[in-house]
Amino acid sequence: MAVTSKTTAYDEMLKGLWRDNPVFVQVLGMCPMLAVTNSAVNAIAMGLATFFVLVGSSFLVSSMKGLIPKQVRISVYVIIIATFVTVADYTLLALFPVVHKELGAFIPLIVANCMILGRQEAFASKHTVKYAVMDAVGMAGGFMIALFALGAVREILGEGKLFGLSLFGEHFEPWVIMILPPGGFITLGLLLLLFNWVGERKRQFMVQVAEQAKAEG
Amino acid sequence: MSNDLVQPSAAEPGSTRLVASLAVSGFLSGLIIIGIYVATLPTITENKARELRQAVFKVLPGVSRMQKLQFDGERVVVKQEGKDDENTLYAGYDANDRFVGYAIASEGPGFQDTIRLLYGYQPGERKVVGMEILESRETPGLGDKIYKDAAFVANFDELGIDPQIVAVKKGTKTEPNEIDAITGATISSKAVVRIINEGNGRWLERLPASAPPLAEEGERYKEQGTR
Repeated sequence: MAVTSKTTAYDEMLKGLWRDNPVFVQVLGMCPMLAVTNSAVNAIAMGLATFFVLVGSSFLVSSMKGLIPKQVRISVYVIIIATFVTVADYTLLALFPVVHKELGAFIPLIVANCMILGRQEAFASKHTVKYAVMDAVGMAGGFMIALFALGAVREILGEGKLFGLSLFGEHFEPWVIMILPPGGFITLGLLLLLFNWVGERKRQFMVQVAEQAKAEG
Repeated sequence: MSNDLVQPSAAEPGSTRLVASLAVSGFLSGLIIIGIYVATLPTITENKARELRQAVFKVLPGVSRMQKLQFDGERVVVKQEGKDDENTLYAGYDANDRFVGYAIASEGPGFQDTIRLLYGYQPGERKVVGMEILESRETPGLGDKIYKDAAFVANFDELGIDPQIVAVKKGTKTEPNEIDAITGATISSKAVVRIINEGNGRWLERLPASAPPLAEEGERYKEQGTR
């Protein structure tokens, strides 16, 4: 996979944001996705922590790919990821204790986020540092967008707020279910439905255009 | 960062190399983890101390200084050092160094997980004067009202403790030792009440009749802070 031009590095980033979005297309990393998205702030904090871990690990794995024997590569990746996670965990605990309290056990569990290990194995270990980092930025960005989409919807409906600011005034009755686990599943299901519906429409449109072109030509 | 590693070769690497690369990466990872732990420890300890101090000031109105005490098996003495445990409590003093009351930490099972809380107790009037939840995992939107619902928390601002605190259905509070439970979160409300009652059961007979002992001059109010 020799990628050369500058635009392709940019493409590697864009694909994670939309076309290959880790949540809406690959359906990876569901555990943090459902667990910590009961408010927009939590979703962003989780997204940032994952961003840090994924970009850091991809950079290190890609720059050391010649040094890691392939028989023990998974263990080495996990060690690298776990180190970044621990750094993120303690930094959050020291600088933002309130956010850390909310996210609780889910920060250490970033280690087990299959999206991160997946990117190391599928991409970072086979590409140069530049592409690996761009890919990680895109994937982590896409993950953050997805987390935010879910967190914002759930906070708006479940508490009538966004980022803690009241949106609808006194008379809004919060849909408590939205901030409970079932609300996470419902919202994720609807977002996946939307994503697939848009994708399907686009595909049909392309087919139509192609057929028209054929008929005319 | 891995200069110690042998350069890769086309041949199948030997087991020594596999073990070595795992050992080196584990070692480096360990160093980094120790580094970040040491670097963040002072801030984390300070955050925790500040959190506790703020909680003590919140549950004991009018307090501007606090001192740690502990029960040594026979009586309450000044706590010198060491970690806080279930035998630790905090005495609060006002700006004129007059003793106001105790802040007592207590914990017990809630609806989902352990609830840890701190409450202010005035021995003179035998009253609870404030309550703050330190740790809980109650259901969002329902059980978490034990700290998000200001009206529920205000129940504990002036609450008699004799014979013991009772949670009653919302709006039916008549006695000074009753609190209005949260509709839809009866278990969480009752858990808070039970935890305070248990704290009282453990502590009331241990407390000295008069004001608690003070530390030596100079050693006093090490945990000082402002509201």
